[in-house]
Amino acid sequence: MTGLIDWLTVPLAYPFMQRALVVSVMVAAVCAVLSCYLVLKGWSLIGDAISHAVLPGIVVAYVVNLPLAVGAFAAGLGCALFTGYLKAHSRVKEDTVMGIVFSGMFGLGLVLFTRIETDQHLMHILFGNVLGVTPRDLAETALVAGGTLIVVLLRRRDLLLYCFDVNHARAIGLPVGLLHYGLLVLLALTIVSALKAVGIILVIAMLIAPGATAYLLTNSFERMLAIATAMAVVSAALGTVVSFHIDGATGACIVLTQAAFFAAAFLFAPGHGLLRRRRMAADPEPGS
Amino acid sequence: MNVARPGAEIAPTATVPAAGDGILVSNLTVTYPNGFTAVSDAGFALDPGTICALVGPNGSGKSTVFKAIMGFVEPSTGEVRLMGLPVEQALKQNLVAYVPQSEEVDWNFPVLVETVVTMGRYGHMNFLRIPSRSDRAKVDEALARVGMSAFRHRQIGELSGGQRKRVFLARALAQEARIILLDEPFTGVDVNTEAAIVALLRELRRDGHLILISTHDLGSVPEFCDRVVLINRTVLAAGPTAEVFTHANLERAFGGRDRT
Repeated sequence: MTGLIDWLTVPLAYPFMQRALVVSVMVAAVCAVLSCYLVLKGWSLIGDAISHAVLPGIVVAYVVNLPLAVGAFAAGLGCALFTGYLKAHSRVKEDTVMGIVFSGMFGLGLVLFTRIETDQHLMHILFGNVLGVTPRDLAETALVAGGTLIVVLLRRRDLLLYCFDVNHARAIGLPVGLLHYGLLVLLALTIVSALKAVGIILVIAMLIAPGATAYLLTNSFERMLAIATAMAVVSAALGTVVSFHIDGATGACIVLTQAAFFAAAFLFAPGHGLLRRRRMAADPEPGS
Repeated sequence: MNVARPGAEIAPTATVPAAGDGILVSNLTVTYPNGFTAVSDAGFALDPGTICALVGPNGSGKSTVFKAIMGFVEPSTGEVRLMGLPVEQALKQNLVAYVPQSEEVDWNFPVLVETVVTMGRYGHMNFLRIPSRSDRAKVDEALARVGMSAFRHRQIGELSGGQRKRVFLARALAQEARIILLDEPFTGVDVNTEAAIVALLRELRRDGHLILISTHDLGSVPEFCDRVVLINRTVLAAGPTAEVFTHANLERAFGGRDRT
Protein backbone atom coordinates (compact mmCIF):
# COMPACT_ATOMS: atom_id res chain seq x y z
CA MET A 1 0.00 0.00 0.00
CA THR A 2 2.75 2.46 0.92
CA GLY A 3 4.41 1.35 -2.31
CA LEU A 4 1.43 2.55 -4.30
CA ILE A 5 1.21 5.82 -2.41
CA ASP A 6 4.94 6.43 -2.96
CA TRP A 7 4.51 5.58 -6.65
CA LEU A 8 1.78 8.20 -6.92
CA THR A 9 3.37 10.91 -4.77
CA VAL A 10 7.10 10.71 -5.50
CA PRO A 11 6.77 12.53 -8.86
CA LEU A 12 5.01 15.39 -7.11
CA ALA A 13 8.15 16.30 -5.19
CA TYR A 14 9.29 18.11 -8.34
CA PRO A 15 7.80 21.57 -9.05
CA PHE A 16 7.72 20.90 -12.82
CA MET A 17 5.66 17.78 -12.15
CA GLN A 18 3.30 19.71 -9.89
CA ARG A 19 2.71 22.26 -12.64
CA ALA A 20 2.33 19.51 -15.23
CA LEU A 21 -0.29 17.80 -13.09
CA VAL A 22 -2.28 20.98 -12.46
CA VAL A 23 -2.27 21.98 -16.15
CA SER A 24 -3.18 18.48 -17.34
CA VAL A 25 -6.07 18.23 -14.93
CA MET A 26 -7.46 21.67 -15.83
CA VAL A 27 -7.18 21.01 -19.54
CA ALA A 28 -8.70 17.55 -19.18
CA ALA A 29 -11.69 18.94 -17.29
CA VAL A 30 -12.58 21.63 -19.83
CA CYS A 31 -11.99 19.27 -22.77
CA ALA A 32 -14.22 16.68 -21.11
CA VAL A 33 -17.14 19.08 -20.74
CA LEU A 34 -16.82 20.21 -24.37
CA SER A 35 -16.48 16.59 -25.51
CA CYS A 36 -20.01 15.80 -24.30
CA TYR A 37 -21.41 18.36 -26.74
CA LEU A 38 -19.07 17.38 -29.58
CA VAL A 39 -19.98 13.71 -29.33
CA LEU A 40 -23.73 14.43 -29.28
CA LYS A 41 -23.64 17.09 -31.98
CA GLY A 42 -21.40 15.00 -34.25
CA TRP A 43 -18.73 17.68 -34.29
CA SER A 44 -15.68 15.46 -33.71
CA LEU A 45 -14.22 16.35 -37.11
CA ILE A 46 -14.71 20.06 -36.43
CA GLY A 47 -12.62 19.67 -33.29
CA ASP A 48 -9.90 17.92 -35.28
CA ALA A 49 -10.04 20.59 -37.99
CA ILE A 50 -9.77 23.54 -35.60
CA SER A 51 -6.86 21.99 -33.74
CA HIS A 52 -4.81 21.36 -36.91
CA ALA A 53 -5.67 24.78 -38.33
CA VAL A 54 -4.11 26.66 -35.40
CA LEU A 55 -0.55 25.97 -36.61
CA PRO A 56 -0.19 28.87 -39.11
CA GLY A 57 -1.76 31.15 -36.51
CA ILE A 58 0.96 30.27 -34.01
CA VAL A 59 3.75 31.05 -36.50
CA VAL A 60 2.19 34.31 -37.67
CA ALA A 61 1.57 35.41 -34.07
CA TYR A 62 5.25 34.75 -33.35
CA VAL A 63 6.32 36.88 -36.33
CA VAL A 64 4.13 39.87 -35.43
CA ASN A 65 4.94 39.44 -31.74
CA LEU A 66 1.44 38.66 -30.46
CA PRO A 67 0.70 36.08 -27.77
CA LEU A 68 0.76 32.69 -29.52
CA ALA A 69 -2.63 31.81 -28.02
CA VAL A 70 -4.23 34.76 -29.81
CA GLY A 71 -2.88 33.65 -33.20
CA ALA A 72 -3.89 30.07 -32.53
CA PHE A 73 -7.42 31.09 -31.56
CA ALA A 74 -7.87 33.33 -34.61
CA ALA A 75 -6.63 30.66 -37.02
CA GLY A 76 -8.74 27.93 -35.44
CA LEU A 77 -11.91 29.96 -35.50
CA GLY A 78 -11.09 31.19 -39.00
CA CYS A 79 -10.94 27.59 -40.18
CA ALA A 80 -14.42 26.87 -38.79
CA LEU A 81 -15.93 30.04 -40.28
CA PHE A 82 -14.23 29.58 -43.67
CA THR A 83 -15.52 26.01 -43.81
CA GLY A 84 -19.04 27.24 -43.14
CA TYR A 85 -18.71 29.88 -45.87
CA LEU A 86 -17.42 27.41 -48.48
CA LYS A 87 -20.14 24.91 -47.63
CA ALA A 88 -22.86 27.55 -48.04
CA HIS A 89 -21.47 28.65 -51.42
CA SER A 90 -20.74 25.35 -53.12
CA ARG A 91 -22.31 21.93 -53.60
CA VAL A 92 -19.54 20.18 -51.68
CA LYS A 93 -20.48 18.60 -48.34
CA GLU A 94 -19.28 20.05 -45.08
CA ASP A 95 -16.88 17.27 -44.03
CA THR A 96 -15.26 17.38 -47.48
CA VAL A 97 -14.72 21.14 -47.36
CA MET A 98 -13.42 20.86 -43.83
CA GLY A 99 -10.90 18.17 -44.76
CA ILE A 100 -9.46 20.44 -47.44
CA VAL A 101 -9.46 23.61 -45.36
CA PHE A 102 -7.80 22.21 -42.25
CA SER A 103 -5.20 20.09 -44.04
CA GLY A 104 -4.41 23.10 -46.23
CA MET A 105 -3.98 25.33 -43.18
CA PHE A 106 -1.87 22.69 -41.45
CA GLY A 107 0.32 22.46 -44.57
CA LEU A 108 0.64 26.24 -44.65
CA GLY A 109 1.64 26.19 -41.00
CA LEU A 110 4.37 23.61 -41.63
CA VAL A 111 5.74 25.57 -44.61
CA LEU A 112 5.78 28.81 -42.60
CA PHE A 113 7.38 27.04 -39.67
CA THR A 114 10.29 25.68 -41.70
CA ARG A 115 10.82 29.04 -43.46
CA ILE A 116 10.72 31.21 -40.34
CA GLU A 117 13.18 31.01 -37.45
CA THR A 118 11.27 30.72 -34.19
CA ASP A 119 12.23 29.71 -30.68
CA GLN A 120 9.43 27.14 -30.71
CA HIS A 121 9.94 23.40 -31.13
CA LEU A 122 7.68 21.82 -33.69
CA MET A 123 7.43 18.65 -31.63
CA HIS A 124 6.19 20.66 -28.65
CA ILE A 125 3.49 22.33 -30.72
CA LEU A 126 2.41 19.06 -32.28
CA PHE A 127 2.49 16.85 -29.19
CA GLY A 128 2.59 19.24 -26.25
CA ASN A 129 5.28 19.83 -23.65
CA VAL A 130 3.51 19.75 -20.35
CA LEU A 131 6.72 19.07 -18.40
CA GLY A 132 8.10 22.40 -19.65
CA VAL A 133 5.14 24.46 -18.42
CA THR A 134 6.22 27.71 -16.75
CA PRO A 135 4.26 29.37 -13.94
CA ARG A 136 3.19 31.97 -16.50
CA ASP A 137 1.88 29.25 -18.85
CA LEU A 138 0.00 27.80 -15.92
CA ALA A 139 -1.68 31.11 -15.17
CA GLU A 140 -2.66 31.56 -18.83
CA THR A 141 -4.10 28.06 -19.03
CA ALA A 142 -6.04 28.58 -15.82
CA LEU A 143 -7.50 31.80 -17.22
CA VAL A 144 -8.55 30.42 -20.60
CA ALA A 145 -9.63 26.95 -19.46
CA GLY A 146 -11.34 28.27 -16.32
CA GLY A 147 -13.20 31.00 -18.19
CA THR A 148 -14.33 28.60 -20.90
CA LEU A 149 -15.45 26.05 -18.35
CA ILE A 150 -17.52 28.59 -16.44
CA VAL A 151 -19.26 29.87 -19.58
CA VAL A 152 -20.09 26.37 -20.82
CA LEU A 153 -21.42 25.24 -17.46
CA LEU A 154 -23.58 28.35 -17.05
CA ARG A 155 -25.02 27.96 -20.58
CA ARG A 156 -25.05 24.16 -20.59
CA ARG A 157 -28.82 23.81 -20.84
CA ASP A 158 -29.19 26.09 -23.86
CA LEU A 159 -26.23 24.41 -25.56
CA LEU A 160 -27.81 21.03 -24.92
CA LEU A 161 -31.12 22.17 -26.38
CA TYR A 162 -29.26 23.53 -29.40
CA CYS A 163 -27.61 20.14 -29.96
CA PHE A 164 -30.80 18.15 -29.31
CA ASP A 165 -33.50 20.08 -31.15
CA VAL A 166 -32.45 23.23 -32.97
CA ASN A 167 -35.98 23.80 -34.33
CA HIS A 168 -37.49 23.95 -30.85
CA ALA A 169 -34.71 26.33 -29.79
CA ARG A 170 -35.64 28.59 -32.71
CA ALA A 171 -39.36 28.25 -32.09
CA ILE A 172 -39.05 29.51 -28.50
CA GLY A 173 -37.01 32.47 -29.70
CA LEU A 174 -33.50 31.44 -28.54
CA PRO A 175 -30.62 33.04 -30.48
CA VAL A 176 -29.63 29.92 -32.40
CA GLY A 177 -26.88 31.62 -34.42
CA LEU A 178 -25.28 32.89 -31.22
CA LEU A 179 -25.40 29.39 -29.70
CA HIS A 180 -23.82 27.90 -32.84
CA TYR A 181 -20.95 30.37 -33.05
CA GLY A 182 -20.66 30.51 -29.27
CA LEU A 183 -20.04 26.77 -29.17
CA LEU A 184 -17.42 27.12 -31.95
CA VAL A 185 -15.65 29.91 -30.04
CA LEU A 186 -15.69 27.89 -26.83
CA LEU A 187 -14.29 24.91 -28.73
CA ALA A 188 -11.48 27.01 -30.22
CA LEU A 189 -10.66 28.44 -26.77
CA THR A 190 -10.57 24.95 -25.29
CA ILE A 191 -8.18 23.75 -27.98
CA VAL A 192 -5.90 26.75 -27.44
CA SER A 193 -5.83 26.10 -23.69
CA ALA A 194 -4.89 22.45 -24.32
CA LEU A 195 -1.97 23.08 -26.69
CA LYS A 196 0.70 23.22 -23.95
CA ALA A 197 -0.47 19.99 -22.43
CA VAL A 198 -1.14 17.69 -25.36
CA GLY A 199 -0.39 19.61 -28.57
CA ILE A 200 -2.48 20.04 -31.66
CA ILE A 201 -2.42 16.41 -32.82
CA LEU A 202 -3.53 14.76 -29.60
CA VAL A 203 -6.02 17.32 -28.31
CA ILE A 204 -8.78 15.75 -30.36
CA ALA A 205 -8.50 12.59 -28.25
CA MET A 206 -9.24 14.60 -25.10
CA LEU A 207 -12.14 16.23 -26.95
CA ILE A 208 -13.79 12.92 -27.82
CA ALA A 209 -12.85 10.09 -25.46
CA PRO A 210 -14.41 11.43 -22.21
CA GLY A 211 -17.75 12.29 -23.83
CA ALA A 212 -17.83 9.02 -25.77
CA THR A 213 -17.06 7.01 -22.63
CA ALA A 214 -19.70 8.77 -20.56
CA TYR A 215 -22.24 8.39 -23.39
CA LEU A 216 -21.93 4.63 -23.04
CA LEU A 217 -22.51 4.78 -19.29
CA THR A 218 -25.58 6.97 -18.76
CA ASN A 219 -28.85 8.20 -20.25
CA SER A 220 -28.83 11.53 -18.45
CA PHE A 221 -26.85 14.47 -19.78
CA GLU A 222 -26.05 15.96 -16.38
CA ARG A 223 -24.59 12.64 -15.31
CA MET A 224 -22.76 12.39 -18.63
CA LEU A 225 -21.00 15.69 -17.86
CA ALA A 226 -20.00 14.47 -14.41
CA ILE A 227 -18.74 11.08 -15.60
CA ALA A 228 -16.78 12.57 -18.50
CA THR A 229 -15.10 15.12 -16.24
CA ALA A 230 -14.25 12.57 -13.56
CA MET A 231 -12.85 10.13 -16.10
CA ALA A 232 -10.77 12.84 -17.81
CA VAL A 233 -9.36 14.23 -14.56
CA VAL A 234 -8.38 10.78 -13.28
CA SER A 235 -6.82 9.96 -16.67
CA ALA A 236 -4.86 13.20 -16.68
CA ALA A 237 -3.45 12.61 -13.21
CA LEU A 238 -2.72 8.94 -13.83
CA GLY A 239 -1.23 9.57 -17.27
CA THR A 240 1.06 12.28 -15.92
CA VAL A 241 2.35 10.07 -13.09
CA VAL A 242 2.79 7.08 -15.40
CA SER A 243 4.73 9.19 -17.89
CA PHE A 244 7.15 10.12 -15.10
CA HIS A 245 7.83 6.50 -14.19
CA ILE A 246 8.12 5.11 -17.71
CA ASP A 247 9.82 8.26 -19.01
CA GLY A 248 7.20 8.54 -21.76
CA ALA A 249 5.56 11.50 -23.51
CA THR A 250 3.04 12.90 -21.02
CA GLY A 251 0.35 13.95 -23.51
CA ALA A 252 0.45 10.51 -25.11
CA CYS A 253 0.20 8.78 -21.73
CA ILE A 254 -2.90 10.80 -20.82
CA VAL A 255 -4.53 10.03 -24.16
CA LEU A 256 -3.71 6.34 -23.79
CA THR A 257 -5.25 6.25 -20.30
CA GLN A 258 -8.42 7.83 -21.65
CA ALA A 259 -8.52 5.33 -24.51
CA ALA A 260 -8.23 2.52 -21.96
CA PHE A 261 -11.23 3.92 -20.05
CA PHE A 262 -13.21 4.09 -23.27
CA ALA A 263 -12.29 0.49 -24.13
CA ALA A 264 -13.43 -0.65 -20.68
CA ALA A 265 -16.74 1.19 -21.05
CA PHE A 266 -17.18 -0.18 -24.55
CA LEU A 267 -16.83 -3.74 -23.25
CA PHE A 268 -18.39 -3.59 -19.80
CA ALA A 269 -20.92 -0.72 -19.74
CA PRO A 270 -24.09 -1.98 -18.00
CA GLY A 271 -26.53 -0.61 -20.58
CA HIS A 272 -24.70 -0.12 -23.86
CA GLY A 273 -21.53 -2.25 -23.52
CA LEU A 274 -20.60 -4.98 -25.97
CA LEU A 275 -20.74 -7.82 -23.43
CA ARG A 276 -24.11 -6.68 -22.16
CA ARG A 277 -25.48 -6.58 -25.69
CA ARG A 278 -24.13 -10.05 -26.39
CA ARG A 279 -25.85 -11.36 -23.29
CA MET A 280 -29.09 -9.57 -24.22
CA ALA A 281 -28.95 -11.17 -27.66
CA ALA A 282 -28.41 -14.63 -26.20
CA ASP A 283 -31.03 -14.19 -23.47
CA PRO A 284 -33.68 -11.71 -24.61
CA GLU A 285 -35.31 -11.57 -21.17
CA PRO A 286 -32.69 -10.64 -18.60
CA GLY A 287 -33.53 -11.75 -15.12
CA SER A 288 -35.89 -14.51 -16.25
CA MET B 1 -60.09 7.40 -51.23
CA ASN B 2 -61.53 8.48 -47.96
CA VAL B 3 -63.24 11.76 -48.78
CA ALA B 4 -65.47 13.69 -46.37
CA ARG B 5 -68.93 12.17 -46.17
CA PRO B 6 -72.07 13.86 -44.91
CA GLY B 7 -71.86 11.75 -41.74
CA ALA B 8 -68.21 12.56 -40.96
CA GLU B 9 -67.61 14.47 -37.75
CA ILE B 10 -67.11 18.15 -38.41
CA ALA B 11 -67.00 20.63 -35.56
CA PRO B 12 -69.63 23.39 -35.68
CA THR B 13 -66.95 26.06 -36.04
CA ALA B 14 -65.98 24.55 -39.37
CA THR B 15 -68.78 26.28 -41.26
CA VAL B 16 -67.84 29.75 -40.02
CA PRO B 17 -65.25 31.47 -42.21
CA ALA B 18 -61.93 31.97 -40.44
CA ALA B 19 -60.93 35.49 -39.45
CA GLY B 20 -57.25 34.58 -39.04
CA ASP B 21 -56.91 35.46 -35.34
CA GLY B 22 -54.69 32.39 -35.02
CA ILE B 23 -52.61 32.12 -38.17
CA LEU B 24 -52.87 34.60 -41.01
CA VAL B 25 -50.75 33.90 -44.08
CA SER B 26 -51.15 36.46 -46.85
CA ASN B 27 -49.57 36.58 -50.32
CA LEU B 28 -46.69 34.46 -49.08
CA THR B 29 -43.89 33.85 -51.56
CA VAL B 30 -40.67 32.17 -50.46
CA THR B 31 -37.68 32.05 -52.78
CA TYR B 32 -34.56 30.30 -51.47
CA PRO B 33 -31.05 31.74 -52.02
CA ASN B 34 -30.46 29.21 -54.82
CA GLY B 35 -33.33 30.80 -56.76
CA PHE B 36 -35.92 28.07 -56.12
CA THR B 37 -39.39 29.41 -55.36
CA ALA B 38 -41.00 26.85 -53.06
CA VAL B 39 -44.36 28.60 -52.61
CA SER B 40 -45.80 31.63 -54.31
CA ASP B 41 -48.70 33.87 -53.41
CA ALA B 42 -50.02 31.49 -50.74
CA GLY B 43 -52.70 32.66 -48.35
CA PHE B 44 -54.99 31.19 -45.69
CA ALA B 45 -56.49 32.14 -42.35
CA LEU B 46 -57.11 30.02 -39.25
CA ASP B 47 -58.80 30.72 -35.92
CA PRO B 48 -57.92 29.38 -32.47
CA GLY B 49 -59.80 26.23 -31.49
CA THR B 50 -59.21 24.62 -34.86
CA ILE B 51 -57.53 21.50 -36.08
CA CYS B 52 -56.31 22.08 -39.61
CA ALA B 53 -54.49 19.77 -42.00
CA LEU B 54 -51.88 21.21 -44.34
CA VAL B 55 -52.13 18.69 -47.16
CA GLY B 56 -49.99 18.33 -50.25
CA PRO B 57 -47.69 15.87 -52.01
CA ASN B 58 -43.98 15.67 -51.20
CA GLY B 59 -42.18 18.77 -52.42
CA SER B 60 -45.40 20.81 -52.48
CA GLY B 61 -44.02 23.47 -50.14
CA LYS B 62 -45.64 22.21 -46.90
CA SER B 63 -42.41 22.40 -44.96
CA THR B 64 -41.61 25.81 -46.43
CA VAL B 65 -44.93 27.10 -45.11
CA PHE B 66 -44.08 25.58 -41.72
CA LYS B 67 -40.69 27.26 -41.80
CA ALA B 68 -42.27 30.60 -42.68
CA ILE B 69 -44.70 30.27 -39.77
CA MET B 70 -41.79 29.57 -37.42
CA GLY B 71 -39.68 32.36 -38.89
CA PHE B 72 -36.93 30.01 -40.16
CA VAL B 73 -37.24 31.50 -43.67
CA GLU B 74 -37.92 35.10 -44.59
CA PRO B 75 -40.85 35.65 -46.94
CA SER B 76 -39.74 37.19 -50.24
CA THR B 77 -43.14 38.85 -50.40
CA GLY B 78 -46.23 38.69 -48.21
CA GLU B 79 -46.36 38.11 -44.48
CA VAL B 80 -47.32 35.77 -41.69
CA ARG B 81 -49.07 36.92 -38.51
CA LEU B 82 -49.61 34.70 -35.48
CA MET B 83 -52.27 35.59 -32.91
CA GLY B 84 -52.21 39.03 -34.51
CA LEU B 85 -48.45 39.46 -34.02
CA PRO B 86 -45.48 39.39 -36.39
CA VAL B 87 -43.70 36.02 -36.28
CA GLU B 88 -40.65 37.28 -34.37
CA GLN B 89 -42.77 38.64 -31.52
CA ALA B 90 -45.00 35.58 -31.41
CA LEU B 91 -41.94 33.34 -31.02
CA LYS B 92 -40.53 35.57 -28.26
CA GLN B 93 -43.84 35.16 -26.42
CA ASN B 94 -43.62 31.37 -26.75
CA LEU B 95 -46.87 31.19 -28.69
CA VAL B 96 -45.68 28.62 -31.23
CA ALA B 97 -44.66 25.03 -30.50
CA TYR B 98 -43.23 22.57 -32.98
CA VAL B 99 -43.62 18.79 -32.73
CA PRO B 100 -40.90 17.33 -34.98
CA GLN B 101 -41.11 14.34 -37.28
CA SER B 102 -39.80 11.17 -35.67
CA GLU B 103 -36.91 10.97 -38.15
CA GLU B 104 -35.69 14.40 -37.11
CA VAL B 105 -35.05 13.35 -33.52
CA ASP B 106 -31.93 11.53 -32.29
CA TRP B 107 -33.65 9.00 -30.02
CA ASN B 108 -30.31 7.88 -28.57
CA PHE B 109 -29.73 11.35 -27.16
CA PRO B 110 -29.12 11.12 -23.40
CA VAL B 111 -32.15 13.11 -22.30
CA LEU B 112 -34.95 11.93 -20.05
CA VAL B 113 -38.64 12.50 -20.72
CA GLU B 114 -38.86 15.19 -18.04
CA THR B 115 -35.81 16.97 -19.47
CA VAL B 116 -37.47 17.21 -22.88
CA VAL B 117 -40.70 18.54 -21.39
CA THR B 118 -38.76 21.01 -19.23
CA MET B 119 -37.16 22.35 -22.42
CA GLY B 120 -40.63 23.63 -23.26
CA ARG B 121 -40.29 26.03 -20.32
CA TYR B 122 -36.87 27.47 -21.31
CA GLY B 123 -38.44 30.49 -23.00
CA HIS B 124 -40.17 31.35 -19.71
CA MET B 125 -37.17 30.73 -17.46
CA ASN B 126 -34.33 32.97 -16.30
CA PHE B 127 -30.96 33.24 -18.04
CA LEU B 128 -29.59 30.08 -16.40
CA ARG B 129 -32.70 28.00 -17.17
CA ILE B 130 -33.14 26.94 -13.59
CA PRO B 131 -36.76 25.81 -13.24
CA SER B 132 -38.85 27.65 -10.67
CA ARG B 133 -41.57 25.98 -8.63
CA SER B 134 -44.19 27.07 -11.16
CA ASP B 135 -42.05 25.75 -14.05
CA ARG B 136 -41.91 22.37 -12.32
CA ALA B 137 -45.65 22.42 -11.71
CA LYS B 138 -46.31 23.14 -15.40
CA VAL B 139 -44.04 20.27 -16.43
CA ASP B 140 -45.86 17.92 -14.02
CA GLU B 141 -49.21 19.10 -15.34
CA ALA B 142 -48.20 18.63 -18.99
CA LEU B 143 -46.88 15.14 -18.30
CA ALA B 144 -50.08 14.21 -16.49
CA ARG B 145 -52.19 15.65 -19.28
CA VAL B 146 -50.65 13.32 -21.88
CA GLY B 147 -50.55 10.37 -19.46
CA MET B 148 -46.76 10.15 -19.33
CA SER B 149 -46.08 10.95 -15.66
CA ALA B 150 -44.98 7.40 -14.93
CA PHE B 151 -42.34 7.61 -17.67
CA ARG B 152 -40.69 10.86 -16.61
CA HIS B 153 -37.35 9.28 -15.74
CA ARG B 154 -37.12 7.19 -18.91
CA GLN B 155 -34.66 8.00 -21.66
CA ILE B 156 -36.68 9.03 -24.75
CA GLY B 157 -35.43 6.15 -26.89
CA GLU B 158 -37.01 3.64 -24.48
CA LEU B 159 -40.53 4.78 -25.42
CA SER B 160 -42.94 3.48 -28.06
CA GLY B 161 -43.83 5.57 -31.09
CA GLY B 162 -47.03 6.94 -29.58
CA GLN B 163 -45.39 7.70 -26.24
CA ARG B 164 -42.65 9.63 -28.03
CA LYS B 165 -45.25 11.81 -29.74
CA ARG B 166 -47.00 12.42 -26.43
CA VAL B 167 -43.74 13.60 -24.85
CA PHE B 168 -43.28 16.23 -27.53
CA LEU B 169 -46.93 17.27 -27.22
CA ALA B 170 -46.34 17.62 -23.47
CA ARG B 171 -43.40 19.89 -24.27
CA ALA B 172 -45.74 22.07 -26.37
CA LEU B 173 -48.22 22.16 -23.44
CA ALA B 174 -45.52 23.05 -20.92
CA GLN B 175 -44.49 25.84 -23.26
CA GLU B 176 -48.07 27.16 -23.04
CA ALA B 177 -48.08 27.62 -26.79
CA ARG B 178 -51.32 28.67 -28.46
CA ILE B 179 -50.34 27.36 -31.87
CA ILE B 180 -49.02 23.80 -32.19
CA LEU B 181 -47.42 22.65 -35.43
CA LEU B 182 -47.12 18.89 -36.00
CA ASP B 183 -44.94 17.60 -38.82
CA GLU B 184 -46.14 14.27 -40.25
CA PRO B 185 -47.31 12.99 -36.84
CA PHE B 186 -48.78 9.74 -38.12
CA THR B 187 -45.80 8.42 -40.06
CA GLY B 188 -44.83 4.99 -38.73
CA VAL B 189 -47.53 5.06 -36.04
CA ASP B 190 -50.08 2.25 -35.68
CA VAL B 191 -53.86 2.76 -35.80
CA ASN B 192 -54.43 2.64 -32.03
CA THR B 193 -51.66 5.14 -31.39
CA GLU B 194 -53.02 7.42 -34.06
CA ALA B 195 -56.45 7.30 -32.39
CA ALA B 196 -54.87 8.19 -29.03
CA ILE B 197 -53.01 11.14 -30.53
CA VAL B 198 -56.16 12.35 -32.28
CA ALA B 199 -58.12 12.15 -29.02
CA LEU B 200 -55.49 14.30 -27.35
CA LEU B 201 -55.52 16.83 -30.19
CA ARG B 202 -59.31 17.09 -29.87
CA GLU B 203 -58.92 17.92 -26.18
CA LEU B 204 -56.39 20.60 -27.01
CA ARG B 205 -58.76 22.06 -29.59
CA ARG B 206 -61.43 22.28 -26.92
CA ASP B 207 -59.00 24.38 -24.86
CA GLY B 208 -58.67 26.82 -27.72
CA HIS B 209 -55.36 25.64 -29.20
CA LEU B 210 -54.83 26.05 -32.91
CA ILE B 211 -53.35 22.84 -34.29
CA LEU B 212 -51.81 22.72 -37.74
CA ILE B 213 -50.81 19.29 -39.03
CA SER B 214 -48.58 18.87 -42.05
CA THR B 215 -49.33 15.55 -43.73
CA HIS B 216 -49.38 13.69 -47.02
CA ASP B 217 -51.35 10.88 -45.39
CA LEU B 218 -54.95 11.65 -46.35
CA GLY B 219 -56.64 8.68 -44.68
CA SER B 220 -57.68 10.19 -41.38
CA VAL B 221 -57.93 13.86 -42.33
CA PRO B 222 -61.73 14.03 -42.72
CA GLU B 223 -62.20 12.20 -39.41
CA PHE B 224 -60.80 14.89 -37.15
CA CYS B 225 -59.74 18.00 -39.06
CA ASP B 226 -62.10 20.98 -39.10
CA ARG B 227 -60.27 22.65 -41.91
CA VAL B 228 -57.94 21.74 -44.72
CA VAL B 229 -55.36 23.83 -46.53
CA LEU B 230 -54.55 22.09 -49.79
CA ILE B 231 -51.17 23.08 -51.13
CA ASN B 232 -49.01 22.46 -54.16
CA ARG B 233 -46.52 25.31 -54.66
CA THR B 234 -49.41 27.64 -53.78
CA VAL B 235 -52.66 27.27 -51.86
CA LEU B 236 -55.09 25.44 -54.13
CA ALA B 237 -57.99 25.47 -51.69
CA ALA B 238 -58.54 26.34 -48.03
CA GLY B 239 -61.62 26.11 -45.85
CA PRO B 240 -63.92 23.69 -44.03
CA THR B 241 -62.96 20.07 -44.61
CA ALA B 242 -66.26 19.15 -46.31
CA GLU B 243 -65.79 21.88 -48.90
CA VAL B 244 -62.09 21.44 -49.58
CA PHE B 245 -61.57 17.72 -49.21
CA THR B 246 -63.22 16.74 -52.48
CA HIS B 247 -62.13 14.38 -55.21
CA ALA B 248 -61.73 17.21 -57.69
CA ASN B 249 -59.50 19.26 -55.37
CA LEU B 250 -57.36 16.30 -54.33
CA GLU B 251 -56.83 15.37 -57.94
CA ARG B 252 -55.65 18.89 -58.63
CA ALA B 253 -53.21 18.78 -55.71
CA PHE B 254 -51.89 15.30 -56.23
CA GLY B 255 -51.97 15.26 -60.02
CA GLY B 256 -54.68 12.63 -60.21
CA ARG B 257 -52.61 9.99 -58.39
CA ASP B 258 -54.46 8.13 -55.68
CA ARG B 259 -52.28 8.50 -52.58
CA THR B 260 -54.33 6.71 -49.91
